Amino acid sequence: MASVALSEAEKVYIVHGVQEDLRVDGRGCEDYRCVEVETDVVSNTSGSARVKLGIEDPSQTLGGHLPRSEGLLTFSKSHFGHTDILVGVKAEMGTPKLEKANEGYLEFFVDCSANATPEFEGRGGDDLGTEIANTLYRIFNNKSSVDLKSLCISPREHCWILYVDVLLLECGGNLFDTICIAVKAALFNTRIPRVRVLEDEEGSKDIELSDDPYDCIRLSVENVPCIVTLCKIGYRHVVDATLQEEACSLASLLVSVTNTGVVTCMRKVGKGSLDPESIFEMMETGKRVGKVLHASLQSVLHKEESLGPKRPKVGFLG
Amino acid sequence: MAVEMRLPVARKLLSESVGRDTKKHLVVPGDTITTDTGFMRGHGTYMGEEKLIASVAGSVERVNKLICVKALKTRYNGEVGDIVVGRITEVQQKRWKVETNSRLDSVLLLSSMNLPGGELRRRSAEDELAMRGFLQEGDLISAEVQAVFSDGAVSLHTRSLKYGKLGQGVLVQVSPSLVKRQKTHFHDLPCGASVILGNNGFIWIYPTPEHKEEDAGGFTANLEPVSLADREVISRLRNCIVSLVTQRMMLYDTSILYCYEASLPHQVLTPATPSLFLIHL
Repeated sequence: MASVALSEAEKVYIVHGVQEDLRVDGRGCEDYRCVEVETDVVSNTSGSARVKLGIEDPSQTLGGHLPRSEGLLTFSKSHFGHTDILVGVKAEMGTPKLEKANEGYLEFFVDCSANATPEFEGRGGDDLGTEIANTLYRIFNNKSSVDLKSLCISPREHCWILYVDVLLLECGGNLFDTICIAVKAALFNTRIPRVRVLEDEEGSKDIELSDDPYDCIRLSVENVPCIVTLCKIGYRHVVDATLQEEACSLASLLVSVTNTGVVTCMRKVGKGSLDPESIFEMMETGKRVGKVLHASLQSVLHKEESLGPKRPKVGFLG
Repeated sequence: MAVEMRLPVARKLLSESVGRDTKKHLVVPGDTITTDTGFMRGHGTYMGEEKLIASVAGSVERVNKLICVKALKTRYNGEVGDIVVGRITEVQQKRWKVETNSRLDSVLLLSSMNLPGGELRRRSAEDELAMRGFLQEGDLISAEVQAVFSDGAVSLHTRSLKYGKLGQGVLVQVSPSLVKRQKTHFHDLPCGASVILGNNGFIWIYPTPEHKEEDAGGFTANLEPVSLADREVISRLRNCIVSLVTQRMMLYDTSILYCYEASLPHQVLTPATPSLFLIHL
């Protein structure tokens, strides 16, 4: 994971700030940075989403009398440590797994690009990528997250496999949360073409794709969980830690929560130890924050969809 | 607890109608600056097809017969006399390597560092062995540029009591071209915090020390908890600076103070919602 060097005094300042519930950027211990979600950004996928965490709002221009710098040319991005994730979902037909013959399945792949930090150059990002992919497999490894039976075309023969590819563009702390939000948004945006299985008299099956390109089935993402990462700093824990705060924390707890507050999986990361009581407290905080996170994400996704196909797309050049 | 989510908004093209007296001549790489061959070409330009063409994105500066292009987004280029805030990356034999957002690591020689107590003596072998006691990897210092080597590396010195190791506070990293060059870069703002505007783009915000002791350039950092009121001021200043940078405004003490005063009616928000108070400015 990308890390920053901090002096002792800076770490002390951060830890004392967390104790008093006032972090360096003015947030409380349970506040998230601002999240920007956009779906349908990659055209040749079945569904895609881009999520940016911590981005400032550049749309307001100052109508004031302060002298402007010559910087009227826009810079590529502001470098205050924000996290940028791009997720693409591709639906392909394949054979179902032997033990779950009437279900489709999801395959996750995480690519930590060297764009994010030079440490990820070459094979440097593979470890982190496999760790994140394994976490995603664990979260989705239950019956209710995604309705896998709807991905079945004909039992034991054909099913839909959803290949979920995650691309890490920038690393600014709190990777797991952002990735999960992006995966949920991409699955919400996924359109799987409707197919029909035709049987001949001899018994051979034929798969027919419908002619209308807009005739597709959509997944229900009601029960897709979101991860809430809680980092232990001093005697308290914080949600959505920045890179500097992660450098001050020795142990974190990843809690995967559904929109009703049900915990699907939990994982501890970091080389420090956690007291069982603090684990319980962190889990309660995770459940609370997770419910609010789901509600915000649902409302933003529905708002984006209600704008219809005429909505102004920002994409990568905005 | 707050989780704010929103849809992305395209950046509006900034119009030049801000009432400038002198229009800056802005170029991008490949733009023709002039077809007049009588000029000497400086940094950021090259000669091609009988024309002077820009090789970086920035503003054209002309001094008599010399034309150069000053790039806007660039690493810090040191000049003698600049104040910088840097982070120690390595401890070497007789010097420290300091990261100052420039192309090469800057150098702080042991002989350019003031010893505790303000002694003036020749540095001995014991001083060399005790270097890590003064400054370790990760420490932040404020220093002045003493000299610039031929390859562009910068040599720093802390030979005054106002420079030295920095204690508790918040570091904000911005582009070096946004820090306005002024007489002094150490400001004690009336709102209750102090700020060091490093020419290299590192801005250090810290609580104003109670009494101006000689510890200002010392090596013992004060690790006592900072009061909540001071913390609020520091967080608010940090968000103001981040908002100013997002709007590409120059940073100097008055601009930061204006922004701070305009933000007072609102809660200490994250810079994600600066639109509320920017309209007031």
